[in-house]
Amino acid sequence: MLQVSIYRYNPETDQQPYMQDFQFDTEGKDLMVLDVLEQLKAQDSSVTYRRSCREGVCGSDGLNINGKNGLACITPLSATVKNNKLVVRPLPGLPVIRDLVVDMSMFYAQYEKIQPYLQNNTPAPAIERLQSPEDRAKLDGLYECILCACCSTSCPSFWWNPDRFIGPAGLLQAYRFLADSRDTATDERLSRLDDPFSVFRCHGIQNCVNVCPKGLNPTRAIGHIRTMLLTRAT
Amino acid sequence: MVTAVTSFGRSGTSDWLVQRVSGVILLVYFLFIAAVVANGVDYASWSALFKQTWVRVFSLMALLSLAAHAWIGLWSVVTDYLTERMMGTTGNVLRISSQLVIALVLFVYVVWGVQVLWGY
Repeated sequence: MLQVSIYRYNPETDQQPYMQDFQFDTEGKDLMVLDVLEQLKAQDSSVTYRRSCREGVCGSDGLNINGKNGLACITPLSATVKNNKLVVRPLPGLPVIRDLVVDMSMFYAQYEKIQPYLQNNTPAPAIERLQSPEDRAKLDGLYECILCACCSTSCPSFWWNPDRFIGPAGLLQAYRFLADSRDTATDERLSRLDDPFSVFRCHGIQNCVNVCPKGLNPTRAIGHIRTMLLTRAT
Repeated sequence: MVTAVTSFGRSGTSDWLVQRVSGVILLVYFLFIAAVVANGVDYASWSALFKQTWVRVFSLMALLSLAAHAWIGLWSVVTDYLTERMMGTTGNVLRISSQLVIALVLFVYVVWGVQVLWGY
């Protein structure tokens, strides 16, 4: 039997959060963590978490699984369970709404700050803005982000300054637009990032790279932003 | 854009660059001093070493680097941990008083260092 321990908190009835233990029979199958949660919810319908596509595309079920952030739907038990124990907690650093559901407002506020949309004030061409295959290739490793918040909520700098440090997810997207050949707002974008908090609270510890379920590298993107800022200012 | 008036250069890019450059200067200086000490020093050789202008200039450069490096590093630490978010209003009081103490200590070190290097 797998020992499952789940973080429970219902602000309407509980004074404090607590860990609830379950015994779970995997029947020898290597289930995904989300499958375990689904079956526990069938036993106890009050267990609350977010999920949607259940295949690693939507980014709803980012959770702290045995101490490491990841998507429950694409984390197999074999990859995370040691000593027959599975501990599931909400993403760290964000306010808990209930059980495994966190309030992502601060995360989205940082994403909004980087203006995550193409800005181009030159007259629009008749059909579309063309991009060479080489320029398009620069966006690989950036556009795939699904905003699950696994990276930003594993970052101590984001824990201490979630209102001032953009965080790895936001900065990866900031670079996605800085690197886009069709975007003409590069200078304004960089000006908004040139303070001691937005980018420079990153100290390069690479927790973000370690947890990203899509295998992306926010630290490298942050390095590129820093190079752009330095090149512009020296 | 987050406004910060107590950061070293008022700009993240500037602080980052100053911290890197000062770090390299400090590394070279401490390797230099370590090499001198490892070769054995007495009063006469130490005094003769610091009679040379280039050693004094290099030492002052290292001292200024130390002050800048320490300010940028400690400013990051206090703005991470001593904040209103972490501990309410107490955080603001602690942060600003820590910054004052750090600034005072670094200022004294720099002036005192100039006196030590050129005053004797």
